[in-house]
Amino acid sequence: MTSAEKYVTAAYLVVLGVVLLYVVLYAFKLARLEREVTELAELARQRGQRRAA
Amino acid sequence: MTYLGDVAALARKDLLLELRSRDTVPAMVLFVVAALVVFNFSLPAGSGTLAAYGLLWVAIVFTALLGLMRAFLAEREQRILDGLVLTPADRSAIWAAKGLAVLAFLLLAELVALPAFALFFEPVGAELVAGVLLADLGLAAVGTLLAAMAAASRARELLLPLLFLPLVIPVVVGGVGASVAADPARYLGFLGLYDLVFAILSWASFEYVVTE
Amino acid sequence: MSTSLRNNGAVVLAAGAAALLLAGLALAFYWVPNAPVEGFRQRIFYVHVPVALTAYACFGWAAWKGLRLLSTRDRRYDLESYTAVHMGVIFGALTLVTGSIWARTSWGVWWSWSERQLVLFLILFLFYSAYFMLRYSTDPGPRRANMSAVYALFGVVLIPVSFLAIRLAEGLIHPVVFDRNVDENLAASQLVTFGVCLAGTLALAGALYVNELTGKRLDERLRELREALA
Repeated sequence: MTSAEKYVTAAYLVVLGVVLLYVVLYAFKLARLEREVTELAELARQRGQRRAA
Repeated sequence: MTYLGDVAALARKDLLLELRSRDTVPAMVLFVVAALVVFNFSLPAGSGTLAAYGLLWVAIVFTALLGLMRAFLAEREQRILDGLVLTPADRSAIWAAKGLAVLAFLLLAELVALPAFALFFEPVGAELVAGVLLADLGLAAVGTLLAAMAAASRARELLLPLLFLPLVIPVVVGGVGASVAADPARYLGFLGLYDLVFAILSWASFEYVVTE
Repeated sequence: MSTSLRNNGAVVLAAGAAALLLAGLALAFYWVPNAPVEGFRQRIFYVHVPVALTAYACFGWAAWKGLRLLSTRDRRYDLESYTAVHMGVIFGALTLVTGSIWARTSWGVWWSWSERQLVLFLILFLFYSAYFMLRYSTDPGPRRANMSAVYALFGVVLIPVSFLAIRLAEGLIHPVVFDRNVDENLAASQLVTFGVCLAGTLALAGALYVNELTGKRLDERLRELREALA
């Protein structure tokens, strides 16, 4: 590989890497959102039971 | 009251307040002179005359920043801004008046800074003075709007330089060009263009920054 | 219905981005001949320039949404403008990195102040990073939405003004040592490849934008729900 080829490949890989990094960070965000939804669902269920009782 | 009457009344209030308390202008004057002295020691021998002109512009931008950081201090501490917004005066009149006050403070500081620069470093030509005057207009116009934004945030004084510095890079380019280039007219023209564009934009958008 | 439409949009954009980017990659490496002066390294062009143009498009989109917010006072434009700035900063950072690599291959240095686009992107990167600071340090509400919109509008005005400033500063402060030697007339193969890569990058940004926007909306809805249940 010539140095030009290395740099060109690096440029394309950087873009790919950043997009993948974005996906990973988004996965963390999704996990957090899921946790929050579970919490809120639990909260809503408890409230419903209390009202029924 | 007319629009100009509102602006004059509001600007007069700021100037009177400063005349009584004297907390901003002396600080700006002292700061800019101290900065010039620091620059004397930060320029290695033989770095040439051009570097001094460049540093003068750094000093001007940071002095403007110092004045802007305090621009909405009184309003914030006394919670006056909400009241001002409720008055029948056009909101952009608040921006114009505050901008005029900031401009006046900056001019006063430069009234000391430019002779000091001429004394310590290099002669001050007519082009440099014209550049400083045009740059002041832009700095005050943009800075007043951004200071109102920063005043609404929790970070306050910390936020203003972050918002202000990237926006005034073109002012530094124009100012330095006007002071050192062989054809200052181009750079002065550019400063005038910057003033015009950003003054109109700030004037038109200030209302949204202070209202819900 | 609107949700399913939006998701279909994301699917179409993502599939389009995948197809176009793969095609663009194949064209850039196997079809386009080496450029006369730039040689093999000219192929960075097909990633660097589309990414830069996409960043501009994102900033323009953010300003447009900001303008819509200010004129209609409809809160949903706030998140749309914010998401567009978010995407613009990601693509702007990519422009800086790929541009830096280009500078290294062309001139042997990682940074050159005589490269206008790079300097402009550095200023824009600083400017739009402060946008995040502004948002994070202000309480959510209509006033923050207004301020963000105004700031996004300032951004699109700053782009041409800064470009002009950099051109003015160039002759004065940093003499032009390097010249990029981009061939004046792009060959047809280069033009087609560039077009495919640009369309692919724009579609990628669009797909990311739709996803991110849904995520940010979800975040906001959850906060409202939490407040309602508390």
